[in-house]
Amino acid sequence: MSGIFAKRRARLLAMKALRERYVPPENAVACPRCGQDSSHQAVSRNLYLCPRCGHHFPVGAYYRLGITLDHGSFRELYPKIAAQDPLSFPGYREKLAEARQKTGLSEAAVSAVGTIDGRRCVVGVLDSQFLLGSMSAAVGEKLTLTIEYAEKNRLPLILFSASGGARMQEGILSLMQMAKTSAALGRFDKRGLLYISVLTDPTTGGVTASFASLGDVILAEPGALIGFAGPRVIQQTIGETLPEGFQRAEFQMEHGFVDAVVPRPRMRETLSQLLRLHEKGGA
Amino acid sequence: MNGSLTAAERVAIARHPQRPNISDYISALFTDFFEQRGDRLSGEDASVLGGAALYHGRPVTVIGTRKGKDLEENLLCRFGMPNPEGYRKALRLMRQAEKFRRPVITFIDTGGAYPGLEAEERGQGEAIARNLLEMSRLTVPVIAVITGEGNSGGALALGVANRVLMLENAVYAILSPEGFATILWKDAKRHEEASELMKLTAADLKELGVIDEIILEPGGGAHLAQAITFRQVDEALSRHLSQLSREKNLAAARYQKFRRMGGGAPQKENP
Repeated sequence: MSGIFAKRRARLLAMKALRERYVPPENAVACPRCGQDSSHQAVSRNLYLCPRCGHHFPVGAYYRLGITLDHGSFRELYPKIAAQDPLSFPGYREKLAEARQKTGLSEAAVSAVGTIDGRRCVVGVLDSQFLLGSMSAAVGEKLTLTIEYAEKNRLPLILFSASGGARMQEGILSLMQMAKTSAALGRFDKRGLLYISVLTDPTTGGVTASFASLGDVILAEPGALIGFAGPRVIQQTIGETLPEGFQRAEFQMEHGFVDAVVPRPRMRETLSQLLRLHEKGGA
Repeated sequence: MNGSLTAAERVAIARHPQRPNISDYISALFTDFFEQRGDRLSGEDASVLGGAALYHGRPVTVIGTRKGKDLEENLLCRFGMPNPEGYRKALRLMRQAEKFRRPVITFIDTGGAYPGLEAEERGQGEAIARNLLEMSRLTVPVIAVITGEGNSGGALALGVANRVLMLENAVYAILSPEGFATILWKDAKRHEEASELMKLTAADLKELGVIDEIILEPGGGAHLAQAITFRQVDEALSRHLSQLSREKNLAAARYQKFRRMGGGAPQKENP
């Protein structure tokens, strides 16, 4: 691992992260939570947290990898896997082309191998800007390959979720990815390896009902919406308005489905701590 | 026998109130059924019915979603839409099947997992996810039969099987055509159009490799000649069960079956 390659990798990751435009690059950014304006620079220097209220703006997959992995340790896995149009669904190819154009991503998932404080791990990230981070057959395939890579190399696995759920245009094949990824995690689990699931805003539908809920340790970013059914559907079903904070990260922690709510500035050190704690089995 | 029906017509037949339900299948095909209740964690959910029974004299575990026969039962079962307790009960029974080396047979007929406030509080997503993982590694034979509607993760949570069989007019999809039309076009009234695009019929799913076999129904649908339907289901079930009983490494075979789904031709890349 010579310095030249590390530098090149760091530069590549930084360049990819730059293409992601989650928070519009205008001078003033309005926070959807507190409503106050901040300069774009103040937000971007603050890991895309509102400097006034701490609201977590969504971030792109490469940016996430950049703030998670050690500088220069990033190596992308399976970058070429991209969505097909398995059901020949009208308008889907155009939608994919548009999403690729907008995000510079080939699909809603990015996977990499790298280190955190020198400890090797495999990290997969869903990007909610690419068709809402929805689960296509390609996303399911990429995540399954990523899980299998971690299993084969006996490395800890970290998956950051951000997804609206199923990719409607791929219908039943999207549904089958829930079984595929969960089954792969079943094998991973049997090998005694660590899987940390990190839930970010929003994690819903089939992603919640599969790999996102199966971590040995489950972390969540503050305020993230996490649930199976969407709030609108639930509201229609029960005919009542939903309580304040329903399905948010803190709610999920109170109900026993999340180990810890971890703010973005402390995420890397928390992951590092967990990797350290699982380094060698005591028994 | 129902070759010319449209997808939307099949959706209507799949939802027909007189269509045979889980209780009908159990009394027609099994003997000595002993219903087991409760998830041993917090509750009992009537929308999933399960227990031990004999199938042609052989002990099996049978589990299925229950819509209910009359309004009172419908409400109790939320029209066949399980809460987390239902899925956790199913998992408990599957683990017992593993312990006692009994094959698992599931019957699926559900509009999906119940989208309720309490269901979310008690971890609907986690309950389904756990079933997918655990079902994938059972070492006993697992056969799923989709008898009516099979919608969303709520259906898949009983569907990670070595063989997935499907009645001719049953449907299996990511969600209901109404829900699909609402999400994609913000117009539930376009559900018939959605039905055609979704590839939710047994013939479509067979072609996509999602199901293994289509069980033919009498003309006009299973409800018109129930005895024939039961005979057809019984024939397919017993044939697949005796095949699976001779196979080894059922968990590995089940893994490979789902591993291939939607994989296309994955480009071979380094690592």
